[in-house]
Amino acid sequence: MTDTETDPRTGSRPSPILAGVGGPRSGYDVERVRKDFPILARRVHDDRPLVYLDSAASSQKPTRVLDAERDYYELHNANVHRGIHTLAEEATALYENARDKIAAFIGAPRRDEIVFAKNSSEALNLVAYAMSNAAVSGPEAERFRLGPGDEVVITEMEHHSNLVPWQMLCRRTGATLRWIGITDDGRLDLSTLDQVINERTKLVSFVHQSNILGTVNPVATLVARAREVGALVVLDGSQSVPHMPIDVTALGVDFLAFTGHKMCGPTGIGVLWGRSELLEVMPPFLGGGEMIELVTMESSTYADPPHRFEAGTPMIAQAVGLGAAVDYLTDLGMDAIAAHEHDVTAYALEQLTAVPGLRIIGPADAVDRGGAVSFVLTGSDGRALHPHDVGQLLDELGVAVRVGQHCARPVCLRFGVPATTRASFHLYSTRSEVDALVEGLGHVRRFFGT
Amino acid sequence: MKLDSMYQEIILDHYRNPHHRGLREPFDAEVHHVNPTCGDEVTLRVRVADGVVTDVSYESEGCSISQASASVMTDLVIGRSVADALGLEREFLALMQSRGTLEPDEDVLEDAVAFAGVSKYPARVKCALLSWMAWKDATVQAVGGIPEQEADR
Repeated sequence: MTDTETDPRTGSRPSPILAGVGGPRSGYDVERVRKDFPILARRVHDDRPLVYLDSAASSQKPTRVLDAERDYYELHNANVHRGIHTLAEEATALYENARDKIAAFIGAPRRDEIVFAKNSSEALNLVAYAMSNAAVSGPEAERFRLGPGDEVVITEMEHHSNLVPWQMLCRRTGATLRWIGITDDGRLDLSTLDQVINERTKLVSFVHQSNILGTVNPVATLVARAREVGALVVLDGSQSVPHMPIDVTALGVDFLAFTGHKMCGPTGIGVLWGRSELLEVMPPFLGGGEMIELVTMESSTYADPPHRFEAGTPMIAQAVGLGAAVDYLTDLGMDAIAAHEHDVTAYALEQLTAVPGLRIIGPADAVDRGGAVSFVLTGSDGRALHPHDVGQLLDELGVAVRVGQHCARPVCLRFGVPATTRASFHLYSTRSEVDALVEGLGHVRRFFGT
Repeated sequence: MKLDSMYQEIILDHYRNPHHRGLREPFDAEVHHVNPTCGDEVTLRVRVADGVVTDVSYESEGCSISQASASVMTDLVIGRSVADALGLEREFLALMQSRGTLEPDEDVLEDAVAFAGVSKYPARVKCALLSWMAWKDATVQAVGGIPEQEADR
C-alpha cells in the first residue's frame, strides 16, 4: 500500500462527485464520499452523530446501490433465464451484466468463473460440499475427492465460515484437518509451513485479511507451498475484496470467496470465483431448477458453470445492487480506497496504542494490515473490562463497534482473551471518528474504574 | 446518561465485589454454561440438602451485567428451599423478558430489581440470565428433575 496523496481530513482538493459517471478521481475526498451514504448522517442516542466503526461486520450502502435495486424492482423485475418477454430479458441482462462487472473487478479471465451465492459462507460451503459430492461423481471429479489419509489445511485465524465447513468435510470424508498457527504479534507462524502443508495435503483454505486481527496474509508464500504439493487453494476474501485491489490471476489461487454486503453491496449476495478448468469438472452442491441440462425421473445431467452452481431463482436484485457497488468502488478507485484506509488504520493504531490499559490483539503496526483493529482494555483501576461493557458505553456515545469473539473463537483462545472490542474502517471512515473512539474509551475507563 | 438505568450502582457494586465467588465443595451438581455470541462463561456448582439450596459456588468470566447477576443470584437463592428459589428464578426471568414494562417487587427480588433496566436492552438480557440458567440447570440435576417439567435442557 502507499501513503495517501492528499490529507483525507481536509478534503481541500475539489474533485468531481460521482453520480454514476466519471472515472477514477485523483484525490480522495472522504467528506464528499460520506455524502454518498445517507445513513452516515444519522444521529443516535440524544442526537449524537453516528460514528460507524463496524464495517468489517457490514458496510454501509451508497445511494447508487440503493437506486440500482429500486430501479430493478420498479422497472425491470422478472425471473431470469426463463421468459421471452421484455422484462424477463431485461432482468436477465441486468443479472448477467452484474456478473461481467464483478468478473472485471477481480480480474477474472472469464465471466463464467463468477458463481453467485448467498454470502461467503455459502460460497465456501459450495466448494466443501462439491468435494464430498465428488465421492459419487465420475472420474473427472477425481481432483476433488477426499478420504482417510488426505489432509485439509486452514489457519488458526479463520472466521468460523472458513473453519466449520472444512471440519464438516473432514468428518464426512475421513480426511484430517490441520492448521497453521498464529504468532504473538498476530501473523501466521510460517516456521512449520512445510510440515503442515505436505504431500498429503489436498486443499489449503485461508483468509486473505483476518476479520479479527486485521492481518493481511502472505498469499504468494502459501500458494507456492500448496503448488509444490499439488493442493487446491481456496482464499477467503471477505475482508480483502472490499478494501484492496484484487486480481485473481496475480493471486494465483484456485477459488476466491467474498460477500457483497461488506463491499457496499446488498446482503444476500456473495461470490465464488473459481478457475474455469476446475469449475468445469466440479460436482454441483445444491440441486434444483436452472442447474440442470436434461432431467428424467431417474437421473439428470448438469448445466455448465456458473449455472451448475446456481440452483433455483437467484438473488437478482442483490446481484444488480452488487454490480452497482462494484461500479462505485471502481470509480473511487481501489488503490485510492486502500490508501485512505491505510491512513486511517495507521492513525488508529497510533492513537489506540497511546490509550492507557489498551492492548491491541493483532499486528500493532500498519504493515500488511487492514482496517480491523481488535483490542482489550482495562479500567482505570487496572481491572480487565469486558468488551460488552465497552461496546455498550461507546454506543451511548454514538460510537458503533463490534464486541465479542467475531466468529473467530480460536483466535480469542490463542490470545487468552474471552472476547475483544473491534473497530473497523471502510472507505468512508475518518480520522475524527478515530478521535471519537479514543475519547469514548477514556470515558469507559473512568466509568468502570472507580 | 441513559445508561444509568442499566448500570445501576447496585450492579456496579456486585460487579466490583462479587459475593460467593469461587468453586467450593461439597456439591451435588456442576454445570458449565456459555454465551456463544459474547464469550461469557460460567462454571457453577449447587449443593442441595433436605430440599434447601445450601450453597452455590461459581467461577465466571464475562461482562459486568453477567458477573453482577451471578453475585445477586447467589445472595437470593442460598438458604432457600428449591421450590422457593425456582419461584424467584421465574420471577427474574419474567422481569428480564419484560422489555422494561414490569415494575419489579423489591421485597421479592431484592438487589435483582436493579436489572430491570437491562431488560430494555435485548442484546444484554442473556448476560443477566446466564448464571440463573446455569443455576437452574445444576439444581434440576442435583434434585433429579422438577415436577413442573419446565427445565430448559
